[in-house]
Amino acid sequence: MDIHKIRQEFEILNRRVHDKPLVYLDSAATTLKPRQVSDAIRTHYALEASNVHRGVHLLSEKATIAFEEARSSCQKFLGAEHSEEIIFTSGTTAGMNIIANSLGQSGWISAGDKILVSEMEHHSNIVPWQMLAERVGAQIEVMPMTQTGDLDLERIMPMFDSRVKLMAVTMVSNAIGTINPLQDLIAAAKRQGAYVVLDGAQAVSHFKVDVKALGCDFLCFSGHKLFGPTGVGVMFGRKEILEGLPPVFGGGGMIRTVSFSGTTYAELPEKFEAGTPHIAGAIGLGEAIKFVEAIGFDAIEKYENKLLSFANDELSKISGLTMIGTARSKVPVFSFKLEGAHPHDIGTILDQEGVAIRAGHHCCQPLMKFYQVPATSRASLAFYNTTEEVEALVKAIDQVKEVFK
Amino acid sequence: MSQQLYQQVILEHNKKPRNYGDLSGHTHKAEGYNPLCGDHLWIEMILDEETQVVQDIKFKGDGCAISKASASLMTVAIKGKSIADAEVVINEFKKMAKGDLNPEADSNSLGNLKIFSGIWKYPSRVKCAVLAWHAAAGALHDESSVSTEGGS
Repeated sequence: MDIHKIRQEFEILNRRVHDKPLVYLDSAATTLKPRQVSDAIRTHYALEASNVHRGVHLLSEKATIAFEEARSSCQKFLGAEHSEEIIFTSGTTAGMNIIANSLGQSGWISAGDKILVSEMEHHSNIVPWQMLAERVGAQIEVMPMTQTGDLDLERIMPMFDSRVKLMAVTMVSNAIGTINPLQDLIAAAKRQGAYVVLDGAQAVSHFKVDVKALGCDFLCFSGHKLFGPTGVGVMFGRKEILEGLPPVFGGGGMIRTVSFSGTTYAELPEKFEAGTPHIAGAIGLGEAIKFVEAIGFDAIEKYENKLLSFANDELSKISGLTMIGTARSKVPVFSFKLEGAHPHDIGTILDQEGVAIRAGHHCCQPLMKFYQVPATSRASLAFYNTTEEVEALVKAIDQVKEVFK
Repeated sequence: MSQQLYQQVILEHNKKPRNYGDLSGHTHKAEGYNPLCGDHLWIEMILDEETQVVQDIKFKGDGCAISKASASLMTVAIKGKSIADAEVVINEFKKMAKGDLNPEADSNSLGNLKIFSGIWKYPSRVKCAVLAWHAAAGALHDESSVSTEGGS
């Protein structure tokens, strides 16, 4: 993997902030976008702007082809069997809400049923299920974690019984970087006939995700966390399930026939894609996938693992720094606290040194509560980062210590 | 750079906040909460009905250095002031934090609170600086809870 060449594809990495070179360590919030993504979006709007699935004119046909090609790219990217299992959404959150609402309407979950959600989930994989549970009288049960930030499988396994109708769990923790081993959990859910919903938002940029190998029923991710644009995402759902589920949004594009005596719905995937979709976004996402696949996940994983262990070693040398989340298997995401300095002050001082990190609860208030911290500082890396940038982070943390000594 | 924001006075008040803790016999109180970053503080006051003076004030809570130092300095600034004068300084501080008042050019009663005059250059930190001041205004008017979100 030629890191120098890869970095050249990210124009933003040449810029300076506060007169220092940008060290971007906030990829868990959103990843940077390579040139070919912004170029593809520009080309669509500048030269090919047109709606999809509507016109008979050349540009509309071109836009439709590009849009559907993006769908096939997402299908292959996720290892899905059918392209109509790929529903374009506005992001992971939208996907989770569509699943929750559709399952709720279908009667899949009803009073007394259980929904299992892990303690380390992002709010977007908690709140839609709470809203559903409240509506139908189901219960949310929390799959606990351990101090290291691993799922506590010993305590979780006995939670599966015949009342469990759904398990919603993240593949990778956005706050602390844990890669969750899902095989046993998915098998346990399946034994009870429960549906499995995976939050793939943080996973897809770090390693190969294969929905067939995983055996999940649903999986959502966001384009902007995969080097693509904001406002577009994918909801994967198994065809046999999606075919039986009702649409959530009604409108143009999702119908077969409309009359005041009754409306019939379109087939998959259009049934779940009411209204004009984010065409440019999907095209940009398709390009992002091409970009990632050209590098290859073997190379990405190998490189990121080097970054991970380098950063782990360097950060653990800093006195007063406590790492939060030390799971066996991690992506290069580091949540930490520093004695005597509040995460927001750390964030501001690091920013003055050109180092962009996130400070806060990372949309994981239950996880913050588990660790009994109001917030953490989080440095999150991607394959465009370097060990030199990790050194810049360490130096900037020294500055923080200097200020608060 | 960061020295501009994290001046000695701020660091010192962060480390050793003044008027920190519970105030027994308080007549007014308010809670200040910033749900976005988790800064959370409580302010208790004794207002003298007759003289209309803030006889005593204390705060407690958790937050970043900016919010803590600002709260500490707020208590020092307001203690002993008449309610009317306290409101003037609260409004001046809020204006300064937003960059709508330049303490060097515009007349004001901010005194050493001027050390926060550069905070508007850090938009994400303005809320940290004003949290205690919103809460103080809330306590003066006996509103029990003040949030940085959803209006001021």
